[in-house]
Amino acid sequence: MNIIVCIKQVPDAKDVRLDPKTNTMAREGVESIMNPFDRHALEEAVRLKEQHGGTVTVVSMGPPQAETVLREAVACGADEAVLVSDRAFAGADTWATTYTLGKAIVKNGPFDLIICGKQAIDGDTAQVGPGLAKRLNIPYVSYVRKITGFDGGALSLQRLMDDGYDEVEIPLPGLLTVVKEINEPRVPSLKGKMKAKSLSLKTLNAEDIGADPDSIGLPGSTTQVVKVFSPEFKGERAMLEGTVDEQVEQLVNKLGTYL
Amino acid sequence: MLRIDIETCIGCGVCEEVCTFEAIEVVDGVAVVNEKCTLCGSCVDSCEVEALSIEAREKAAQADLAEWSGIMIFAEYRHGKVAPVSFELLGIGRQLADQQKVPLSAVLLGSAMDGAAEDLVSYGADIVYKVDDPALEFFTDEIYGNILEDVIREQKPEVVLAGATAIGRSFIPLVATALATGLTADCTQLAIRPDDGVLLQTRPAFGGNIMATIECPHTRPQMATVRPRVMKTAAPDPDRQGDIIDYQPQAERLQSRVRVLRNVLQEQDQVNITEGDIIVSGGRGLDNEKGFELIRQLADAVGGAVGASRAAVDSAWIPYPHQVGQTGKTVNPKLYIACGISGAIQHVVGMQSSETIVAINKDPHAPIFDVATYGIVGDLFEVVPKLIEKIKEKKG
Repeated sequence: MNIIVCIKQVPDAKDVRLDPKTNTMAREGVESIMNPFDRHALEEAVRLKEQHGGTVTVVSMGPPQAETVLREAVACGADEAVLVSDRAFAGADTWATTYTLGKAIVKNGPFDLIICGKQAIDGDTAQVGPGLAKRLNIPYVSYVRKITGFDGGALSLQRLMDDGYDEVEIPLPGLLTVVKEINEPRVPSLKGKMKAKSLSLKTLNAEDIGADPDSIGLPGSTTQVVKVFSPEFKGERAMLEGTVDEQVEQLVNKLGTYL
Repeated sequence: MLRIDIETCIGCGVCEEVCTFEAIEVVDGVAVVNEKCTLCGSCVDSCEVEALSIEAREKAAQADLAEWSGIMIFAEYRHGKVAPVSFELLGIGRQLADQQKVPLSAVLLGSAMDGAAEDLVSYGADIVYKVDDPALEFFTDEIYGNILEDVIREQKPEVVLAGATAIGRSFIPLVATALATGLTADCTQLAIRPDDGVLLQTRPAFGGNIMATIECPHTRPQMATVRPRVMKTAAPDPDRQGDIIDYQPQAERLQSRVRVLRNVLQEQDQVNITEGDIIVSGGRGLDNEKGFELIRQLADAVGGAVGASRAAVDSAWIPYPHQVGQTGKTVNPKLYIACGISGAIQHVVGMQSSETIVAINKDPHAPIFDVATYGIVGDLFEVVPKLIEKIKEKKG
């Protein structure tokens, strides 16, 4: 089974804040990491490869420094890495991103399965996986929490729903987005680290993938961010006082309308 | 591309300061951009001499955009009833439709539905496009996507809204991609700008640390998924009149490559944390799996769902669907009771928009108290049983 895993380098979202004075993102101390959900996508791909053979290719669209997360993915078991990078890709929304990734994946060669994390923790959109499947005209299943079987042509899966889960079957080639419940990602092996160091990455730019300049980056995007601002925190920090019994009494009275 | 007018640039370095991505620097007295640029626009806003600009696409002809008119919502139907978020969408949809003086329509997909279309009318829909077909018994991205895409192509609404649920967030991106239009995920505020009818879509990003307002200026429809429990449901009016249209999809549009074998409901009363009015959550302070028994009892007493912090889920005390926070679910109930949860930012971003937050924790310095409406410092094994007792007493 030849598997593509889409990964994204993201700022560690828990550290991202707007500077209240300049209204720009404060960069001090914000680390760039592999999107946490993508780790689970990669781990699942490596496990499938270990069971059924084949290769795992990681693909990332991003600036040149995204090479770091691609090499990290190789250290964790990926065989090949493709960096899709061009200044013309900058500012892409999910629509332009799926166009670009779709072109790059087709250019890279045949595949059986694409696995993505359910969403990236910077944009939190969860739109790239389904959009990419549509670009490639392959079926997809979102929020996969377990792969339960493979009969050579189709995967059996459990897909998380808001009120439980669905048991589904998807014929390959297809695309999955996974939630973190699906597995526990491994740490890089020594052998993997060695390989990550020496592997030469494949790099694809806009021309290589034959991208239409009007469909990529900011000009190719259907949506535009027009304003960013800090959310308002309530932060009341109203501590109840007295003995436990007194505090419980006060609380129940205050919550009166909810109960 | 970021354009730098080197005649205007004074090399002051402000852009270099504000750039989050180290993508711009002053070389020989003028700003120079490198390949790390993501076109975020921070530098453009910061430049005092207006030497920086970002080239965006030319605005589409207004005439093309004006062909699209009306507000449409996708009504989610599950297990014999319309999902609550659909009524919330009708609430905000009605406001937008009245402002634009256009009709509000709903697309209702399901199998063996009884009275659901009439309910949508009483909650504000002028037109309901209904497909009642056994092929829609289970949710599949392809069939739901095909039908919604076809209805949108025929009706040409200017705005399409759906709930940001496991279903909406899964298949709406397919529809938007098929229609080659923009989609904004998980919006918490929506407004239409009166002068040009552009939908201003505001949503949290970076796990809730930043809010962003997004437009879809050149293409139609303008599509958004909307976070459940944020928009207000209008009061239903059983006498309201509307058209219910049985929409007939083409047979080939009812085919899905993905096959759903069965749907498994899990402890529905306590797990669907995105829909309930009250959530009782437990964290590391519960010590072990048995600790959650106490949380379940409190949830039962208040009629709430059970949530959990990542620490509790990672320790396998409770399954992942209960997890609240950045890598779990984002919730905004009326009442959120956090027991033994320290309040790491990744948890807080998932629950901070709750109307009232109660925190019970033995550590007075726990950050959870920073977002709490009411805080109790104490041992949850002492506080929670007493709380259950008092609530039962009060409820009689």
